[in-house]
Amino acid sequence: MADQSSTLPNPASPPMESSRRTALVVTSVVGAAGAAAVVVPFVSTFQPSERAKAAGAPVEADIGGMLPGELRRVEWRGNPVWIVRRTPEMLASLKKTDDKVLDPKSTKYYQFPLPPYAANEDRSIKPEYLVVVGICPHLGCSPSDKFQPGAQPSLPDDWAGGFLCPCHGSTFDMAGRVFKNKPANANLDVPPHAYLSDTRLLIGEDKKA
Amino acid sequence: MAAEKKVEATGLLGWVDQRFPLMSTWKAHLSEYYAPKNMNFWYFFGSLAMLVLVLQIVTGIFLVMHYKPDASKAFESVEYIMRDVPWGWLVRYMHSTGASAFFIVVYLHMFRGLLYGSYRKPRELIWIFGCLIFLCLMAEAFFGYLLPWGQMSYWGAQVIVNLFSAIPFIGPDLSVWIRGDYVVGDATLNRFFAFHVIAVPLVLLGLVVAHLLALHEVGSNNPDGVEIKDRKDAQGRPLDGIPFHPYYTVHDIMGVGVFLIVFSAVMFFAPELGGYFLEYNNFIPADPLRTPLHIAPVWYFTPYYSILRATTEEFLKWQLLPFLLIYLAIVWMSSAKQLSKVIALLAVGAMAVGFFVLDAKFWGVVAMGASVLIFFALPWIDNSPVKSIRYRPGWHRWVLGLFVVVFVVLGYFGVQAPSPFGERMSQICTLLYFAFFLLMPWWSAMGEFKRVPDRVTFAPH
Repeated sequence: MADQSSTLPNPASPPMESSRRTALVVTSVVGAAGAAAVVVPFVSTFQPSERAKAAGAPVEADIGGMLPGELRRVEWRGNPVWIVRRTPEMLASLKKTDDKVLDPKSTKYYQFPLPPYAANEDRSIKPEYLVVVGICPHLGCSPSDKFQPGAQPSLPDDWAGGFLCPCHGSTFDMAGRVFKNKPANANLDVPPHAYLSDTRLLIGEDKKA
Repeated sequence: MAAEKKVEATGLLGWVDQRFPLMSTWKAHLSEYYAPKNMNFWYFFGSLAMLVLVLQIVTGIFLVMHYKPDASKAFESVEYIMRDVPWGWLVRYMHSTGASAFFIVVYLHMFRGLLYGSYRKPRELIWIFGCLIFLCLMAEAFFGYLLPWGQMSYWGAQVIVNLFSAIPFIGPDLSVWIRGDYVVGDATLNRFFAFHVIAVPLVLLGLVVAHLLALHEVGSNNPDGVEIKDRKDAQGRPLDGIPFHPYYTVHDIMGVGVFLIVFSAVMFFAPELGGYFLEYNNFIPADPLRTPLHIAPVWYFTPYYSILRATTEEFLKWQLLPFLLIYLAIVWMSSAKQLSKVIALLAVGAMAVGFFVLDAKFWGVVAMGASVLIFFALPWIDNSPVKSIRYRPGWHRWVLGLFVVVFVVLGYFGVQAPSPFGERMSQICTLLYFAFFLLMPWWSAMGEFKRVPDRVTFAPH
């Protein structure tokens, strides 16, 4: 437009003075910058509030009186944490699943790196107790326990016991390790945890006992 | 003051008309909007979609008067509407049945577009606006589904929000930002409520207006795919056109009548429709610690959900990659422009590398997104010399039929619990689904086309 009006003078709209043109550009730029800046507070309101951030404190769980093969759910940061008292058969099944799981040494993780005290085959401090976050690393469903070995719907015929995610069919062994070629691509997370005594477990913090 | 506007009407109408384009709008969009006289059964679904939209807005307003968007009260308040609010159950069932009805009507409306090439030039923008409406509708359905705060609401939202966490680098932070918490919670419920009742409906209404304005600018297509504006009488009216009002307004009353009979039958006698319209697990309050044993989205999302589930690492490397390489070879041997060939090569190359570098989860999300967004491309990938299926080669019907079957099969397996057989079927259907679109530039131009008549075919009753 500006080029045309300078080459073809039009009495109705004379060529713009350069100072006016500058004022026009400056006003538009400042206006646009202001509009962009005001987006920031609106976008920021979407972030977790201070209250939501404060809700992540560690929780204590009583594991006294758990029967072999029992699963207990504890809520920590709004997520289910499972405590499973594993039977000797369950622990033995981990040997068989070693070469069927994607990541036997738990090198990849979903939300929490594997704590050093769980960096072993059974992924636990005390092999008898498995402590994992019960959230599937695929899309966040909570898998169901399928401790009964043998052929069952949605499970392979040589099933040795473990967990099945009802949403997309990922399967995990008795140490929460994901089987190969499943939608989930990482093992169930082991949360930071510590034993306060033989029957009391602290989840969310691993201060040296 | 400007010279007074000349208007035909007198009295109050004349007074208004001098100040507001009332009669001219009425004429342009209703009494002198000429629609083809041969529109058939498939043309009911546009006006039915409008009807359902109004129904959803009205019932929604009344539901909001009793509903509480609070994680500790939401489930209870829906039960309160169902049990204690006089006629509340009717309003709520109208809204929940309306949601499914909306998708049925819109899917049939879209299928009509495929049948008669309604997206072809000059109607590309109508189709684009329509696709945007479809996206808004999906957002409406998704946000709305969280509000009853049942188990399915909760876990459905959990899965869909976590889809975003599959995006490399920014994903995990993005999903926290969407939820406003580390898990789906009260903050999530509140913002979904805001989107469901204010933000998305506003956008939706704007898009519906744009959809209709674009339609009335170029005129409706018809089952013959003949442009009625090509042949006009002395007054400039299309020879094969009839005024929308009263002819189609009255005609549509019959469609509305039949639709409402079916709608009422479902609403009164089977509002849950065997767990398809309202899932049984959603009658259990949300429990963040326990995923229901079987979770599936509501039926209208299941075809895309199946595509998501079908995308495993094995699928990417041993099925999708060969499929893409064959596709690349077809593009390369075709008479496509050099630039298109290079773009295809780069795209397939980038994906091939990506299949090995990025997670299958990310590609599942990409495939699901692509399966919806690919509809936008239709006006440009259909190379058929005629619009309507009536004048296309007979086997084109079978191709379209196969696509419908694939869509239904994907939908079926999306409802079922995961199984190796279902996974394999979904993978085959995913490939066929994409082949339908990706190969359309070639198959749509192949075969023997029939001659399109000059005028629409119409037999008066």
